[in-house]
Amino acid sequence: MKALSFASAAVIALAAFGTTAAIARDTIQIAGSSTVLPFASIVAEEFGASYPEFNTPVVGSGGTGGGLKQFCEGVGENTIDIADASRPIKDKERAACEENGVTDIREIQFGFDGIVFASEATGPDFSLTPVQIYKAIAAKVPVDGKLVDNPYTNWNQIDASLPDQTIALAIPGSNHGTREVFQERVVSAGAEEAGLPEGLSEEEKAAAETTLRQDVVVEISGDYTETLARLKSNPDTVGVFGLSFYDQNKDTLKVATIDGVVPSNDTVAAGEYPVSRPLYFYIKGQHIGTIPGIEEYVNFFLSDMMSGSGGTLEAAGLIPQPEDKTAQVLAAFEAAAN
Amino acid sequence: MTELSQSNTASRSLAAERARKVKAGLRRRHMTEKIFRGLGIAAIVAALGFVALLFTDVLSKGIPAFTQANLHLEVAYDPAIIKLTPAPVREVGQSDAGFEQANLKWRSSLVLLNWNKVLEVAMRKSAPADYDIDTRQLLTIPETNARHILRERYVEDPGLLGKTISIDLVASANVDNWVKGNIDRDLPDAQQQLGADARALTDFFAENGTLTKDFATGIFTNVDSRAAPASAGLAGAFMGSVYMMLVVIILAVPIGVASAIYLEEFAKKSRLTDIIEVNINNLAAVPSIVFGLLGAAVFINFFHLPISAPLVGGMVLTLMTLPTIIIATRAALQSVSPALRQAALGLGASRTQMVFHHVLPVTFPSILTATIIGVAQALGETAPLLLIGMNAFVASVPASPLDQATALPVQIFLWNGNENRNFFEARTSAAIMVLLGLMILLNAIAIFLRTRLERRA
Repeated sequence: MKALSFASAAVIALAAFGTTAAIARDTIQIAGSSTVLPFASIVAEEFGASYPEFNTPVVGSGGTGGGLKQFCEGVGENTIDIADASRPIKDKERAACEENGVTDIREIQFGFDGIVFASEATGPDFSLTPVQIYKAIAAKVPVDGKLVDNPYTNWNQIDASLPDQTIALAIPGSNHGTREVFQERVVSAGAEEAGLPEGLSEEEKAAAETTLRQDVVVEISGDYTETLARLKSNPDTVGVFGLSFYDQNKDTLKVATIDGVVPSNDTVAAGEYPVSRPLYFYIKGQHIGTIPGIEEYVNFFLSDMMSGSGGTLEAAGLIPQPEDKTAQVLAAFEAAAN
Repeated sequence: MTELSQSNTASRSLAAERARKVKAGLRRRHMTEKIFRGLGIAAIVAALGFVALLFTDVLSKGIPAFTQANLHLEVAYDPAIIKLTPAPVREVGQSDAGFEQANLKWRSSLVLLNWNKVLEVAMRKSAPADYDIDTRQLLTIPETNARHILRERYVEDPGLLGKTISIDLVASANVDNWVKGNIDRDLPDAQQQLGADARALTDFFAENGTLTKDFATGIFTNVDSRAAPASAGLAGAFMGSVYMMLVVIILAVPIGVASAIYLEEFAKKSRLTDIIEVNINNLAAVPSIVFGLLGAAVFINFFHLPISAPLVGGMVLTLMTLPTIIIATRAALQSVSPALRQAALGLGASRTQMVFHHVLPVTFPSILTATIIGVAQALGETAPLLLIGMNAFVASVPASPLDQATALPVQIFLWNGNENRNFFEARTSAAIMVLLGLMILLNAIAIFLRTRLERRA
């Protein structure tokens, strides 16, 4: 009996504790892109270590789409403050945000990341072009001016310079922002170059560009370690990775060149490597002032020490953006506050 | 006579016939038994084989993670590098807040100092004289949080200025990989994580004793880290799990036991109680991820409880544990001899007295076992936690069940996804070992308490 009443008292105390604390969250809450996750986590940690007055922000994953969905759920303590994204926010997402009262969305671009194609380190070298990749993975490809079911089974059938190896690709799932960059910069660009037959309607054209062969393409909805595991189980697979992930695992991975350019921090920063994209995070302006430290976090993230060239994030694989771009982003962020 | 002998021979031949049949059948029956036994043994061997495979895999990968490369450096807090204002001294009449403010400002100013320079000087002192290595490569040897450690030491004791002390620092994850051979040492430069000079210096340090492999206490005392992967530990996840288990015990035990007692001892058997019973059994079979969805929809979106909080995690796991406890408690109550109940009632006890004074104490061991096993199950649950935001990267130890936290199984999931495969493969296995150890401990406690309490009862 005593134990029971003690337990119920404890439950009530806990519940009361819950309601009071729910009113005052003092830790920045972040979620989103798994490409941005390592960078955001490093900044969060360094932020916590450098600002004794603020808590270390909490960084969740879930992909760009998942993060923005959480971000747009509304304003208040139980919604996240910052969404990490590896692509710009879509109009549809902005509309969803506004519907839920999230009207003050501030975009921060903080650097670049390259998307690389890599295979087992022991396998043959690949030097690919977007059109070759398109021909490898599209469900229907143009042959003699007509769309036919994809006939290729080995890379060397597409181009004699490619190795005689079964075609297999592991690409990011549609919850990843990386997928869109891959679609836009590689598949659609490749389709254009391959020359789709004339007289297709817009819809047919879009379908020809986005319908992939399910038998050779595996969509990975988890993170890059899952892609890596896929490569281990089928060594013929060519996987799509972030440049920073490849950098950390170059003992087991071999990177492919795209249009003859080797992906590296230098070639991406110089704009020579074609498959790169800017990285972003989005701030919920309405939370500034309520959740302590958001402005300081933004300034800290964009500081030379973190995302500048020679900064901590560069060592972790981020490709820094030009200084004047950073200054411009910061100015826009501050202007929005007034 | 003849008739008799005739019938005798007939019955004898019948008996022989029967014996033959029985014998034939017996062979078959023995055969089936042998086959069944063989299959049984094969099943057990297969099961044990899988367990052995799992354990050897986890142990062989995980045990090396419990030792880690450490650097032992003589660090000089050189006033020529550390140029700063002295630590604030409390002035007469200064308010608490005012002093706190001054102190924070002073600590913030410390962050901007060049601690990496202090580190570099210390590293070069241990290296061969005039060893040619650029600063950037040199600083890939200690873990990146080394500068914070040097600073924290100084904050604790500002009297260190001008002194030289020996400090143990964790070596970076890539150095750890190199020293342990987790990365192929014969790979060409382009495929190595460390520069050639840094690799040579690491080997030199390992020889002259600056770098040693020691027991990795960091796994238990540190929180998760991405900026400094070599210092990543389980402390935050462990506390998150502890808070969740506390919530589960506080909520699931009273609710579960009370509903079991009510259903078993007080409620009249009716269609309604039948429906409830069926539903409780159904609840026990619901996949845990469904509870996660429910938790996200109800606790977070409707009740506005914080995301990533052990309180919410504990509540979700409570839903999962409740059926286990209710079913076990009901079974325990059913097994109590009716004589005990009748004797208590016969002596004039009320129903409540009968239940709480006589029946419940007898069932205590079984309820306790069910609780511990339920909690152990909840401890290992991962899927529902992913849906309530507990898979976030949290770099601090939660101070209350309402702070953002992660849990041990989720930490395993997160480490398994870390980019630095060479380092985190071992860490992941080490975390699995810790979690398995806790599970085995909980189950051992359950068995110990059960045998002990049953003997007493």
